[in-house]
Amino acid sequence: MRYSALRIAKEALTGHKGWTPVWRDPDPQPVYDYIIIGGGGHGLATAHYLSKVYGKARIAVLEKGWIGGGNVGRNTTIIRSNYLLPGNEPFYEFSLKLWEGLEQDLNYNAMVSQRGIMNLIHTDSQRDAYRRRGNAMILQGSDAELLDAEQVRKEAPFLNFDNARFPIKGALVHRRGGTVRHDAVAWGYARSADSHGVDIIQNCEVTGFNIAQGRIKGVETSRGYIGATKVGVAVAGNSSKVMAMAGMRLPIESHVLQAFVSEGLKPVIPGVITFGAGHFYVSQSDKGGLVFGGDIDGYNSYAQRGNLPVVEDVAEGGMALMPMIGRARLLRMWGGIMDMSMDGSPFIDRTAVDGLYFNGGWCYGGFKATPASGYAFAHLLATDQPHDTATAYRLDRTLTGRMIDEKGVGAQPNLH
Amino acid sequence: MIIPHPLLGPRDAQEFTYLGDAGLINRPYWLSEDAARAFHDYLYLRDNPAGQHRELWFHEQGDRSWLVVTRDTTTHEILKVELARDVALARRGAA
Repeated sequence: MRYSALRIAKEALTGHKGWTPVWRDPDPQPVYDYIIIGGGGHGLATAHYLSKVYGKARIAVLEKGWIGGGNVGRNTTIIRSNYLLPGNEPFYEFSLKLWEGLEQDLNYNAMVSQRGIMNLIHTDSQRDAYRRRGNAMILQGSDAELLDAEQVRKEAPFLNFDNARFPIKGALVHRRGGTVRHDAVAWGYARSADSHGVDIIQNCEVTGFNIAQGRIKGVETSRGYIGATKVGVAVAGNSSKVMAMAGMRLPIESHVLQAFVSEGLKPVIPGVITFGAGHFYVSQSDKGGLVFGGDIDGYNSYAQRGNLPVVEDVAEGGMALMPMIGRARLLRMWGGIMDMSMDGSPFIDRTAVDGLYFNGGWCYGGFKATPASGYAFAHLLATDQPHDTATAYRLDRTLTGRMIDEKGVGAQPNLH
Repeated sequence: MIIPHPLLGPRDAQEFTYLGDAGLINRPYWLSEDAARAFHDYLYLRDNPAGQHRELWFHEQGDRSWLVVTRDTTTHEILKVELARDVALARRGAA
């Protein structure tokens, strides 16, 4: 069924009886050409592009819970293309371009809103670093604009400009960045993949791989054995657990990242504002809630909830930056499990097992990457070649020394 | 999280910084034939288990001792705390 304004009008007049389930609930077939493990944003996007763009059939997405129940429903919904390094920026720019056309591509309202992202500057050296980053972004076809303090004041007069420790001296603005309704991303990709014949199989946990003579033959699941020619793994925080079943150790640690939303308020915050120095960033959802977060907790965790010191740190950052939010009450807080890699950058690559492919290590930046990650992973699965924008995301880069370390902090995942 | 320090009693985890898997105590021997590969694995690869995990915490805001904490990564429950020095000496004694 195609969604349109005409359709809504027609359904409104006929008692909304014509709406049907958005995707099927099929039982698993005995064999597929392609199995994608993980029904999150990246897995569903992979299925969408694999079926629609690369024209492949006999595809299944296996999800241990319900689709979109992991990080795609737990992030702070920000999209952006503001990376520095040549291994990253073309990929994220590709992703942002896919976001810009996503709703037409999927025929689904994902509420893509390019309301802009402002990274605040407090010192001369930070301004130099952001100027360099902005130039790198522009060179890769993205957009960047350097604002002085007065220009920032015009756009966000409520900020605490004269903070003694971190006075605001300017900002790097990325106008095409913004926010997206994250659940709609999972549902939109699922609906499109399903309409192109992909079987989305929920409550189906992968419990083992069948590997013979170095080649994948299929997967053991909680709903029985399923044969496959190619298997792609896109399971975010559970990457180490799943790949351990194929005998692999990854350059990844799982960490918990918390996020928060306040009660609904009238519009106060125009776009996304990041206060890196104070471990705080914020945007306002269309419902009015302030959506904000800070740093990861910093220790290995699979618990999907964090601890109070980080809550306090984030709240302090928020109060230092915009004291006006002090009277807003916190509505909800939650945690997601980040697959933190050793250089802070992701992997989209083949593995040592023929027919087994890995997509992970997204750290806390997986949401914005969803479309390009799906596209590049579909490209890899379909052609056995890395996508042009994802050639640097190799699993052996720790061995070859070709690290993509945006922050330059080395092999210490909790510092990325 | 409260970490029961073997010398100082219960301490807030906020006083500590976290390094990672306690396997980082076991530095490979630098003259062995496969040293390059062993150091790569030592530096970059992790077991990253869901469940019991032995890990290194540094009491930066306290007595600046290194601890080996055994913690459940699915519940954050702390099961055992040892001085990293004792763990390293016991290992040397066993070898």
